[in-house]
Amino acid sequence: MGVLPSNYYDFFGIEHRLDLDLRDLERRFYALSRQYHPDRFTLKSAEEQQTALDATAILNDGYRTLRDPLARAEYLLKENGFDIGEQGSKNVPPELLEEVFELNMALEELRAGDESARAGLEEARAKFIAMRDGIDAELKAKFAEYDGSRDRKVLAEVRGILNRRRYVWNLVNEVEKELAGAAA
Amino acid sequence: MTPVQIDFGKSERVVGIDLGTTNSLVAYLDAAGHPAVIPGADGDKLVPSVVTLTRKGDIVVGNKARAALIDEPDRTVYSIKRLMGRGVADVQEELKLFPFRIAEGSESVIRVQLGESTFTPPEVSAFILKQLKKNAETFLGEPVSKAVITVPAYFNDAQRQATKDAGRIAGLEVLRLVNEPTAAALAYGLDKRREGIIAVYDLGGGTFDISILKLHEGIFEVLATNGDTHLGGDDIDNRLIQIALEDIHSEWGKDISHYGDAVQTLRRAVIEAKERLSFAPATNIELNYKGKHYQREIARELFEKLIADIVDRTLGPCRACIKDAGVAVEQIDEVVLVGGSTRIPMVRNAVETLFRAKPHTDLNPDEVVALGAAVQAGILSGSIENQLLLDVTPLSLGIETMGGVVSKLIHRNSTIPASATETFTTAVDGQRNVLIHVLQGEREMVKDNRSLARFDLKDIDPLPAGMARIEVRFLIDANGILNVTARDARTGKEQSVEIKPSYGLTDEQVEAMISESIDRAEEDFAARQAAEARVEADRILAAVDKAKQNDAYLELSEDERREITRALNELLVVYHGDDHLLIRSKIEQLNNATMKLAENMINTAVTGALKGTKI
Repeated sequence: MGVLPSNYYDFFGIEHRLDLDLRDLERRFYALSRQYHPDRFTLKSAEEQQTALDATAILNDGYRTLRDPLARAEYLLKENGFDIGEQGSKNVPPELLEEVFELNMALEELRAGDESARAGLEEARAKFIAMRDGIDAELKAKFAEYDGSRDRKVLAEVRGILNRRRYVWNLVNEVEKELAGAAA
Repeated sequence: MTPVQIDFGKSERVVGIDLGTTNSLVAYLDAAGHPAVIPGADGDKLVPSVVTLTRKGDIVVGNKARAALIDEPDRTVYSIKRLMGRGVADVQEELKLFPFRIAEGSESVIRVQLGESTFTPPEVSAFILKQLKKNAETFLGEPVSKAVITVPAYFNDAQRQATKDAGRIAGLEVLRLVNEPTAAALAYGLDKRREGIIAVYDLGGGTFDISILKLHEGIFEVLATNGDTHLGGDDIDNRLIQIALEDIHSEWGKDISHYGDAVQTLRRAVIEAKERLSFAPATNIELNYKGKHYQREIARELFEKLIADIVDRTLGPCRACIKDAGVAVEQIDEVVLVGGSTRIPMVRNAVETLFRAKPHTDLNPDEVVALGAAVQAGILSGSIENQLLLDVTPLSLGIETMGGVVSKLIHRNSTIPASATETFTTAVDGQRNVLIHVLQGEREMVKDNRSLARFDLKDIDPLPAGMARIEVRFLIDANGILNVTARDARTGKEQSVEIKPSYGLTDEQVEAMISESIDRAEEDFAARQAAEARVEADRILAAVDKAKQNDAYLELSEDERREITRALNELLVVYHGDDHLLIRSKIEQLNNATMKLAENMINTAVTGALKGTKI
């Protein structure tokens, strides 16, 4: 089989872009699966079997990463030398400071048994979900901007947006957990 | 004795095996490329997954062993699949309902007591596999050494490994473990160029699986899977047994739940009643035991009330699976039913309601998994070219981190093979070892997940704390089994990893069992040859005995008669030995010594006949 690229984009034979045609990606995934899957090599030498296993692991890991816009963006950021730490998602984005403060208050009240906080939390959840949808639209625009310009400054912005999205999403999950827990 | 030489390299035949909780089957692809189930010597396609150790020390599998469930319950085991890859602590609940006799001193590996011997679950499963292998060899008239074996999709690493071990012990090279629902989908998709999304609902004897697949130009891509490895027809049987036992207790004034033979007879009766209830609105459960008679009528309505919560328990995993697959119920084009329990009308209705689609039942739900395994065997051996199965791992894989928290590396429903790489370092100057605890499951905390194994990275170059860089690659292969490799990222050299499985057998133990099983096979073979020689000896001994009554015997010289007596005694001396060659040589000697006698007898007979015509 020769030496196979370990970079996901290269393995799929596609450009290193943030916005991808998912149908094309799927077609390539199926074609490469037919080519490399271990099922095609069970009666071949141990060496060929190992190569098939390694190749298919890269293929599957790559497909999982590239078909998900967020994982894909993180992957592209990483290959461009951007550090994707958990740290970024722990710092409160400044524009959210006030909202998060109110949310934490409401969460405290609900934990203390104050059911009147529930309505506020439901409202907060809806607000954060809307916020996430807004962020996703913003990301989509930035993806296109980067693909067109290949500007590293845009990538830095993408990283900031990703961190904000992760932060908001963690909030939604926390609120949902509290609401479900209090209901039970 | 020259051992039989079989060139395994030449045989490319791969069979498909459904190693079930209740029944097991073996299937192959016929000359036309169609999958077909291979019947056993008794003509039955289903081999009950029951193993008994006879008082003579022979292992018997299948229908004959099922009879022993009642006559020799202490020497017989069924539903062994429930114990595969599990530890003693895991199966305490199971033990309340199943008469498994766990041997003293069982710890991470359970040993089951059969009479005076003990066996691990993989060994018991290997007996079943050997029977299937033999059935296939007899039917196909050629040695069979390679197989695809199916497992519940929701089986964890230890359960899969145990199944693979069973194959090795049985002398089978397991080319692939295939998930049962996926295999069923393969069986259904064979002749038709289907496109779209299908769900496979598989309620077997002891396990429940749900899988959702996307079919596209011969590719079967599993989108998500879910299930419960301890939910199945057995649980339904137990409900019925329970009410019958209570009835009997109050009617007879006697609790028979501790009489193995009584419970087994009752089990057979309730299973038959359960099966009848799929077609009739009411039926009877009957038991005759030691001259006493029990009978009660059971209506389908009551039956459904009894099992409603069991059927309900399958729906949660179905909903989770639909969600994980990222599809809406309306997008699911077809539902395929697998497993004997899906014959129950209530189960069918529940599936139809949830998926809003009429379930498919064109193929026999008992056979469809084995047929699919044969299709996968055809894919692996190259005889089926356009199809490909892309399966997923049912459980997330993670490692233990600070504070007993699990850090997930490979998420559930990832297409396999799948991998993840993590870099580890040392905490203390000069540290030589790093221990990695790997877990399977969806929960946050270590204690709530299933411990899979501990990997010991050994002989790390001594360096100041935090300087070592050990890159560890976790790879789940196409069988759903974890492989771990490590290398020193600074030097690029391979790092040695010692694996300590939390449950199941070490490689050395499996090796020991394989050689033990080969020894046993040789022993079995020798014993059979000796038995065959004895049958022949019996024949000649009886003939000689009879000949001694003949006049022709008296016509022999004294020397000739002495020679016969000597040969006869020598045969009797070796008769009970194990050496079939020795027995055969003594038979030959007796044959030679009686040659003259035989000739004389024929002559006498001829003379007699001639005399007869004269009269």
